[in-house]
Amino acid sequence: MARRGTRGTNAARIIVLGATSAIAIQMCRVLARDGAELMLVGRAALRLEAIAADLMARGARACHVSVQDLSLAADAQRLTAGWVANLGGKVDAVYLFFGILGDQEAARSDLAELEAILVTNFTAAAHWCQAAATILEKQKSGGLIAITSVAGDRGRQSNYAYGAAKAGLSVFVEGIAHRLAPSGARAVAVKLGMVETPMTEGRNGASVLRVSPESIATPLARLARGKSKPIIYLPWFWRPAMLAVRALPVSLFHRSRL
Amino acid sequence: MAWGGLKRDHYPMATLRFADEARGLLASRPLANVLAVGLGRSYGTSNTLSGGALLDMTKLDRILSFDHAAGILRAEAGLSLNDALAVIVPCGWFLPTTPGTRFVTLGGAVANDVHGKNHHSAGTLGCHVRALGLLRSGGEMLELRPGDPLFAATIGGLGLTGLILWVEVALSAINGTNVSGERTAFHALDEFMALAAEAEKTFEHTVAWIDCASTGRAFGRGIFEAANWAQGPLGEVHAPAPALSVPVNAPSMTISHPTVRTFNALHFRVKKAKSGPFRQHYSGFFYPLDAIGKWNRLYGARGFHQYQCVIPEREGVAPVRDMLDAITRTGNASFLAVLKRFGARRSPGLLSFPMEGLTLALDFPNRGALTLELLGRLDDIVRAAGGRLYAAKDARMSRAMFESGYPDADAFARFVDPAFSSDFWQAVSR
Ligand SMILES: Cc1cc2nc3c(=O)[nH]c(=O)nc-3n(C[C@H](O)[C@H](O)[C@H](O)COP(=O)(O)OP(=O)(O)OC[C@H]3O[C@@H](n4cnc5c(N)ncnc54)[C@H](O)[C@@H]3O)c2cc1C
Repeated sequence: MARRGTRGTNAARIIVLGATSAIAIQMCRVLARDGAELMLVGRAALRLEAIAADLMARGARACHVSVQDLSLAADAQRLTAGWVANLGGKVDAVYLFFGILGDQEAARSDLAELEAILVTNFTAAAHWCQAAATILEKQKSGGLIAITSVAGDRGRQSNYAYGAAKAGLSVFVEGIAHRLAPSGARAVAVKLGMVETPMTEGRNGASVLRVSPESIATPLARLARGKSKPIIYLPWFWRPAMLAVRALPVSLFHRSRL
Repeated sequence: MAWGGLKRDHYPMATLRFADEARGLLASRPLANVLAVGLGRSYGTSNTLSGGALLDMTKLDRILSFDHAAGILRAEAGLSLNDALAVIVPCGWFLPTTPGTRFVTLGGAVANDVHGKNHHSAGTLGCHVRALGLLRSGGEMLELRPGDPLFAATIGGLGLTGLILWVEVALSAINGTNVSGERTAFHALDEFMALAAEAEKTFEHTVAWIDCASTGRAFGRGIFEAANWAQGPLGEVHAPAPALSVPVNAPSMTISHPTVRTFNALHFRVKKAKSGPFRQHYSGFFYPLDAIGKWNRLYGARGFHQYQCVIPEREGVAPVRDMLDAITRTGNASFLAVLKRFGARRSPGLLSFPMEGLTLALDFPNRGALTLELLGRLDDIVRAAGGRLYAAKDARMSRAMFESGYPDADAFARFVDPAFSSDFWQAVSR
């Protein structure tokens, strides 16, 4: 499906993997306001259609929708190439938003749960990143922006499966950034702190540190075309915060219930 | 929590993000157990439900379609007027009418059938709703249009007839983002009545601020403003978020009688000095309070009461004079007192608040029994005059007051969805 609007021709062309995520939705609104052309990928067709209609009303030049279970990545290469073709043969940024928090408690004994967490957040994500990298490298331009997490900076009893997968993804994307550097294309792993989303709903934790999806939407959207380091923290204060967490002596850390 | 901050309880809250989740959230609810809430800008008890669950609608905020040529907007109920304006204004459209804050949701605005400074020319928001989607707790998804009895119950229906999922409104065209008009000081209520009657013939928007702290010769003085949309330029939208915000509750004395008296006297003099023609961006004209985030905290931790009534046209200005008299006598004073004449255009809503006549909106810092006693006296005046109170601003309406003010209350009750209720409804219904 494609809807067409009337904005200028220098519109950014963006692929969003996991477009029904609360953070992706807010970021897409910022991009839409600037007249971007978007390819929204996710599992829920009706939701994607509703999001696309909203983005069109908010100024997107065009919005395409592709229904795909992103935890299955066998066809990543071919599908990604197809989406780029839908966007007119060129892409400015591929955003990777999908992921699951999973149930760490269950994952201790339930191997299927553990596998789901690792496969969705790392294995599948890595495949999609690889597919994007190949295209960007050939294009010699554009950026891969993958959402990872500060949970990957130090293993904690409450979410080490999720944390490990996200840590892996951060390193993977850092490597892609290195690989792409000579070509002029870019890759960024964005380590998010706590954001108010359905993923974190009902969880307690220092709520002063928790930010709204709206508040990080603009910095995320800016990464579509702007230069950046291969690994960034969002909001910025998580870099010093995680530095402090990593510096915590084991004797202290092991007594906490973080 | 409601905007008046009288009760600071927190309620269990589920967030609706996609319309397809709604059925599941409503399924198998016990009786009178659920209430939708928008941005919480109603002051009192119509957006709280003790012992029940609230559904946060603010994330269900997608625009479903916007017809630039015809000016028709269909959007999910949680869309804020703030966001709607950011999209429609650059295309030359505005809301058909707007309350004094843009931080309300479409669903909340429909549920209270809100009115604005153009009531005498446009009626309420409900007069411009072309269709709405309502989900009943039994799972029926209804598309309601004017003429349908359930539509009439849902417009101004205080969220009690089910979950409003989307709303389609007819917008009104604008040629610029400024309004231009006339500001006039008046020194007595009769003077206000004459000014308003005259201005309504040529101005789309009218409103008065009234100084209800002063007595003697200054009694009944105020500032009257009338304006129309001005020609061009188009495109400058309001700043999306307030520049300033009140970070914590102020000490309870901040808004007290002496400060209000001084403020009012000063405000009168400043505005009087600025009498004559004015030209202003719509945000300053329609939304002066939106420049300061969380201004309700200025009233301190005990919160405040809002009080808005309407007195039918046939009673003239006398009951309003009696009310101002009662207020100044008790030494209570209100800061944000607003006086406006509602026009004759009838809303389809069964429980819609506006009727042709005079509306007076007041606010009082909560001083416990003293405040309640004064409000009781105001009630007597309103009831004797055949008037009514606005539920959106109310935390204490009695059943008698509700029944005398809303003759269609019984007819309305038949449309209430059994799973829905609110603290307001528990207090006034049988
Ligand atoms: C500064 C200020 C100025 C104001 N000026 C005016 C004015 O000039 N004119 C005027 O009319 N009002 C005015 N109001 C009141 C305000 O417009 C109304 O209270 C409005 O309904 C608030 O909308 P909300 O989204 O905050 O809803 P809430 O306060 O959260 O809820 C209001 C009602 O709507 C219901 N509701 C909300 N969403 C839904 C839904 N999706 N489905 C079903 N029911 C729903 C709730 O159950 C509740 O009964 C003002 C308020 C403030 C704070």
